[in-house]
Amino acid sequence: MADHVELRTGAYYDSVSLMQVSRSVAAAPGVEAAQVAMATELNLDVIRGMGFDVPDTAAPNDLVVAIRGDDAGVASGQAALDAALAGLRSAATQSAGLGEAPPRRTLGGAVATSHANLALVSVPGRHAVVEAFDAIHAAVSVMVFSDNVPVEDEVRLKDAAAAADVLVMGPDCGTAVVGGVALGFANVVRPGSVGIVAASGTGAQQVMCLLDAAGVGISHCLGVGGRDLSSAVAGRSTRQALAALAADPATETIVVVSKPPAPEVLADLEAYAAGLGKPVHWATLGTGRPDLTSSVEALLAGVEVPVPAWPRWGTTSEPGPDGGSLRGLFCGGTLADEAMLIASRQLGDIRSNIPLRPGLGLGRDLRDAGHVVIDFGDDSLTQGRAHPMIDPSLRLERIAAEAVDPTCGVLLLDLVLGHGAHPDPAPELARAIRAARAAATAGGRVLPVVVSVTGTESDPQRLGSCATVLAEAGAEVFLSNAAATRRAVALVARDGSRTDSGTESSGIGAEQDTTTGEGH
Amino acid sequence: MTTQPLHGLLTSEVSVAAAGVSLFADALRAQAVPVTEAAWQPPMPGTEHDLAVVLADARRQAANAEALRRMTAAGADLVDVRPASEALGLERGTFLHAGPPISFDRASGPLRGALIGAMLLEGLAQTAEEAEAALEKGDGITLEPCHHRDAVGPMAGVVSPSMWVYELRDDVHDNTSWCSLNEGLGKVLRYGAYGPEVVDRLRWMNAVLGPILQQAVRARVDQQGPIDIKAIIAQMLQMGDEGHNRNRAGSLMLLRELLPTMITADASSADVAEAVRFSGANEHFFLNLGMPACKLSTLAAHGIPGSSVVTTMARNGTDFGIRVSGTGDAWFTGPANTPEGLFLGSYGPEDANPDIGDSAITETAGIGGFAMAAAPAIVRFVGGDVPFALRATQTMYEITVGEHTAYQVPILEFRGTPTGIDVAAVARTGILPQINTGMAGRVAGTGQVGAGLVNPPAECFTAALAALARSTG
Repeated sequence: MADHVELRTGAYYDSVSLMQVSRSVAAAPGVEAAQVAMATELNLDVIRGMGFDVPDTAAPNDLVVAIRGDDAGVASGQAALDAALAGLRSAATQSAGLGEAPPRRTLGGAVATSHANLALVSVPGRHAVVEAFDAIHAAVSVMVFSDNVPVEDEVRLKDAAAAADVLVMGPDCGTAVVGGVALGFANVVRPGSVGIVAASGTGAQQVMCLLDAAGVGISHCLGVGGRDLSSAVAGRSTRQALAALAADPATETIVVVSKPPAPEVLADLEAYAAGLGKPVHWATLGTGRPDLTSSVEALLAGVEVPVPAWPRWGTTSEPGPDGGSLRGLFCGGTLADEAMLIASRQLGDIRSNIPLRPGLGLGRDLRDAGHVVIDFGDDSLTQGRAHPMIDPSLRLERIAAEAVDPTCGVLLLDLVLGHGAHPDPAPELARAIRAARAAATAGGRVLPVVVSVTGTESDPQRLGSCATVLAEAGAEVFLSNAAATRRAVALVARDGSRTDSGTESSGIGAEQDTTTGEGH
Repeated sequence: MTTQPLHGLLTSEVSVAAAGVSLFADALRAQAVPVTEAAWQPPMPGTEHDLAVVLADARRQAANAEALRRMTAAGADLVDVRPASEALGLERGTFLHAGPPISFDRASGPLRGALIGAMLLEGLAQTAEEAEAALEKGDGITLEPCHHRDAVGPMAGVVSPSMWVYELRDDVHDNTSWCSLNEGLGKVLRYGAYGPEVVDRLRWMNAVLGPILQQAVRARVDQQGPIDIKAIIAQMLQMGDEGHNRNRAGSLMLLRELLPTMITADASSADVAEAVRFSGANEHFFLNLGMPACKLSTLAAHGIPGSSVVTTMARNGTDFGIRVSGTGDAWFTGPANTPEGLFLGSYGPEDANPDIGDSAITETAGIGGFAMAAAPAIVRFVGGDVPFALRATQTMYEITVGEHTAYQVPILEFRGTPTGIDVAAVARTGILPQINTGMAGRVAGTGQVGAGLVNPPAECFTAALAALARSTG
């Protein structure tokens, strides 16, 4: 068995392409393990964690190739690598004809050539600001999917954008729908009259999917970036998005979806929204504030649509005999936030890489014996890697680890469908769930698994079939992330306040009453 | 009712331009949304921060647009031919040279050779050895870049007081530029040759050619007005020249303009005949007019606060230097690369000197290598193939702020040539300006050994970008 490690300089490929390359190299005959990635700190950690010895000279713009196998395996891995990279290159250099212009190299060039009216930036975060400025300079609104963008750059971008009357959706904006066109991660929902302003990608997806399940459609979903409602950014894009939806003839009702906002920013925005002439609902998470499902229900009441029975799948599982801790492994940051807000009310402190308050952070190994919720989509876990909604490998590894951890009492997972996400994520996750439950059983434990699936029947992956695949693997599946969380909490709660939300059609347990009733 | 917010985005059909992960573009295509993807690559290493600062500079867009406007609006009229001592105020012992500032001890072979030849021409030394020793010692000798006097010189670019220079005017911006007279090809001073035939030719040019051209130009100005060099450049690009390494059509058109007043000059018929023959035989007769025309264009664009447009690219055979509109008169230099291309006779790559000459002013102003698509025949001279020539021009649009309004490329549907190199675009794309150039022998006294293609060193552009970022922050 031999390790082959090499660095290639001057070769840049995006993380999604490299994920596919890694897979084809790992699948080559005789290869035991392989990883092909840009040499970001995170990827080097992963590759070194696999036992490979990577030279210290590796810089973020270098390509690292790490292949383990017997001699023939390494050779076949290298052959697979060359073939996969050649495939990427030939796709990238299509223009060969005499006089045919080479492809434009910058976003500004692409905008100028195409006269596009919307731009999308998903380059690595440290390069995203420059591309976004191209769009602003061309008077084109831009969605910045990239994360890891410094907040002062975000403020600069948004000030320049406001001056040019264009919207910066982002940075770290995963989701937008403009005139029915889904950008980034977005679900296929019916057209309608609810306009969404989203400082939270997966939060917006959850809201639009719940609305869709209730038969209510959306006009637009304008992302603003996860930090827009922070004190530093002060709602710069939210204000512009609200004004645009207020002027939009297709929009009748507006809902703002956000992770916990800065209170003074929220207050300012509420005052601003009051003068827009259209009802504005606030699905802004926070302690003592309604969860997303409750916010959607309040909105439905406002538009006089009855709240449906939120869909669920699977048979009710039995809790483990000795409780154990909640382990929430999320791809969606807002879904993770919502889960922590709901679960901490009964379970107390939850440790996380995106903790509700300082002091609850996890170490670099992301381990703790108590209740843990991890957002695998957080900046620190995506440097040089594709988002977990595309590349689930880090989370799948963690599911396997939890299966043999005696302190894990229940697994709470999310699965987000729609455009941009993994084209068929359910079978892989179902396999992991089945394997985890089997491993726990082998260890003399019971491991219930609860999954919230954010999706619609019109999504390319189909909500119903994904949920069924997961349910068949033994998971309890909910459309409402709040309901899923309550169910998971019930499975580990030891204080006797256990509620079996699985039998409640609305998914809203009695303990919710304290958090509803926000005036709109 | 005012116009819709966000330029009407929410009520328009969406079409998208994307940079980054192809997955998202694919997802849009799956929804039948038009998508144009940039072939994005990371910028030159270490430029991320400077790029973010420079791109955020609110002045930059307007400043670069103004730079382009001035570059393309600048005129270039040939108004006079005069000795350098008179036109440039050059004093005995002062020598202008190509490229950024350099001392004799760092000068490469061709520049040393040309300075030796100029010392002999000026009578400051009797032998090459004596000239070299005096230059080494430096007493009473001043070396200065042509660019510091708004002049330009091809290859070594050495101008001494007795040499005659063309004088060009840009009346739009009230600028003047100068350039020496072209000596032809082969063993010539600008390629570092300084043998007796070189110095004799220079003496004849001072004594015969210069005065005849002066009379011709002055008479022409009196009769018809000055010769519009910019108009000749525009025409030559449509006749297969690129204005740097191919000047055939331009040279013939220039001769056509000058001939009527050359032949009526007050000189012996033998001298007139020789001046006409010499000029007509020289395929690069026009280069020394095209260069100062380009200098006037870039000079007009210099000194605009916030502009990231390159206004000078020049080489002294050791260093490649650039200057940028928004960073004043600072030079940003790096080691000059050695051109690759085709060689004369038995010369080979080991004989070639690193890149030299102010002639990259042509690329700086949007012709030369940037107009290579207009001159497909050039590939027989500098190497490459015809698709390469087309691709070279098309690639340069990626690093320029716009297109020339007067200089056009017929095969690209008369698209204006890529004009106004943006240091930020160079750093972002990693695309370096394409320069077509002659190759001088690395040993002083050799002369021309070939012609080829070369790029500037990247550090000129990253250093200029950093300076621009500092001046912004």
